[in-house]
Amino acid sequence: MTSTAHHLEPVAVAPKPTVGSHVRDYLGRVRGGDLGSLPAVLGLIVLCVFFAVMRPVFFSAGNFANLFTQGAAVIIIAMGLIFVLLLGEIDLSAGFASGVCAAVLAQLMAEQGAPWYVAVFAAIATGVVIGLVLGFLVAKVGIPSFVVTLAGFLAFQGTVLLLIKGGTNVSIRDDVILAIANNNLAPVLGWVLAVLGVAGYAVVTLLSRRRRAARGLVTEPLAVAVGRIAALAVILGIAVFVLNQERSRNVVVVSLKGVPIVVPIIAALLIIWTFVLRRTAYGRHIYAVGGNREAARRAGINVDRIRISVFVICSGMAAMGGIVAASRANSVDANTGGSNVLLYAVGAAVIGGTSLFGGKGRVLDALLGGAVIAVIDNGMGLMGLSSGQKFVFTGVVLLLAAGVDALSRRRAAATGTR
Amino acid sequence: MSVTPLLEARGIDKRFGPVQVLKDVDFAVTPGEVTALVGDNGAGKSTLVKCISGIYPIDAGEFHFDGQPVTIHGPRDAAALGIEVVYQDLALCDNLDIVQNMFLGREKRSGLVLDEPTMEQMAAETLAGLSVRTVKSLRQHVASLSGGQRQTVAIAKAVLWNSKVVILDEPTAALGVAQTAQVLELVRRLADRGLSVVLISHNMNDVFAVSDRIAALYLGQMVAQVKTTDVTHAQVVELITAGRSGDLGLPAEKIDNGVEYADTLTPPGAEQ
Repeated sequence: MTSTAHHLEPVAVAPKPTVGSHVRDYLGRVRGGDLGSLPAVLGLIVLCVFFAVMRPVFFSAGNFANLFTQGAAVIIIAMGLIFVLLLGEIDLSAGFASGVCAAVLAQLMAEQGAPWYVAVFAAIATGVVIGLVLGFLVAKVGIPSFVVTLAGFLAFQGTVLLLIKGGTNVSIRDDVILAIANNNLAPVLGWVLAVLGVAGYAVVTLLSRRRRAARGLVTEPLAVAVGRIAALAVILGIAVFVLNQERSRNVVVVSLKGVPIVVPIIAALLIIWTFVLRRTAYGRHIYAVGGNREAARRAGINVDRIRISVFVICSGMAAMGGIVAASRANSVDANTGGSNVLLYAVGAAVIGGTSLFGGKGRVLDALLGGAVIAVIDNGMGLMGLSSGQKFVFTGVVLLLAAGVDALSRRRAAATGTR
Repeated sequence: MSVTPLLEARGIDKRFGPVQVLKDVDFAVTPGEVTALVGDNGAGKSTLVKCISGIYPIDAGEFHFDGQPVTIHGPRDAAALGIEVVYQDLALCDNLDIVQNMFLGREKRSGLVLDEPTMEQMAAETLAGLSVRTVKSLRQHVASLSGGQRQTVAIAKAVLWNSKVVILDEPTAALGVAQTAQVLELVRRLADRGLSVVLISHNMNDVFAVSDRIAALYLGQMVAQVKTTDVTHAQVVELITAGRSGDLGLPAEKIDNGVEYADTLTPPGAEQ
């Protein structure tokens, strides 16, 4: 019985964090291999400067608005993919799943004359069913997700062809669906939403800070909290201001100004899914299963249900991406959701900082990475480069992002920060 | 045996197909004591723990908790009784922080939203109660912790739920000298707080350092459950390797390997 004489010291209270210690912590994390979204943000700045120098039109309000509508579908699909990637799984079929859902939407409206909300509901339901099937095959049957979704990739490509009866092009005439990617909010509404967004963020940040302080828990310095709120306000303010400029070449014919409608849609999805991942037990369990499946199982988490559910979210989000893509193209054809959509979406998630190895990632990554992809695609288009050159360059960027992920992971393992 | 046992297993049988892994095992743990569960590889230590924690169903026998007969059909039954197991491979998620790991699967929430302040406060109180002062921040990822700190988090996670029985599977197996001392100190403190602690260990130094009682398994049979102060190092080793030591352990006829020969052989010169 060597009851070691233990002196009851109080738990060492961590020193109150200051702005300086906050910055030092962040730098320490970056050095330790936890790069977060740093590569995406730096890459975005470098690319923007580069294209702006090469083609000044890149920085015009019109092109800025184009970036959003061009990137929207990919960003939305990437948001769903992040859930699958968080478990260390992959969904290669997300691109064509979005195509199938878009085809369902278009055919319902074109052939059955269904109203837009029925068609949208049917498209998303199709996505959910696809996700259930994929998730069941992965979680319950035990086929690797790579193989299941590769099979889906082929099968859904065929399904799109079958749905649109071969090579025809089903056009979309419904005003509501077309508005998603083609119309803009009234300038005033843009400002209202921006102010609401900043105010909401401020309230949530400051309230949670006060709640922690009331319990005597360590809080981040007020300056950092206020700084983050201010940063959001500046970014949203500039974006709305630029998007509210007149973009029309001929104002007399048509006025073109305001925030594209897809932007608040993306913002809403971003907020909802970030809330789910960060603030609910379900989201916590996704990270747990991605970090250590056995530990999650022993903690009483229903691992199979989590695995199926992420595929449902992914395919459901792919359906929404498909609707946006159909709206932007005004039609659905055999190539909707095909060619580079999936690779762009995976690339967006990875470039944004989501790990391919599971357990690490945020919904915001889809937005940051999607912005990088959109900027590359758009900028190279402006420079008049061919599709071949674009594909090669995008492939190199994706490889670079995956390389950064793998290397930072190795460094993190060496320094023990992940 | 002045104190009544908190958890008592009686006549536990467990077989996997033709292999009988546990044979009529009796095992009792008392509050405020560290019971060391020792035995060679394959003696049935882990199987016994998994039966107690509800991972394996038992073939025969019964459990008594606080004197009442209970049935344990799954990990949740065991958890409801206050039985927590800290597994050798820790079962922590590297990508989550200390608080998130401690509450994994049992998160506190207010409505739909996770109640982070409450969880962080409870985690801090639990760690403080265990006099843990080696972690810098409760919000650091488990990946950045040392082996001893990780073990500490795993143990704190088990203690958090007002558990009554904490079973530790080889908690010091992967640790260095200083960290082993830290963890053993923590184990002792758990018992001093009135918990029943079961310590599975191969390391005799650890066993003699912290345990009050030693239970030795030999080929699926409980050969002895004795006070640590009543036995020597050598006797425990004999119990582990041969199933008996002097008048301790199985009666000779119940041992089904070569060892019983030593006793049944007529001592030299007896015929004269």
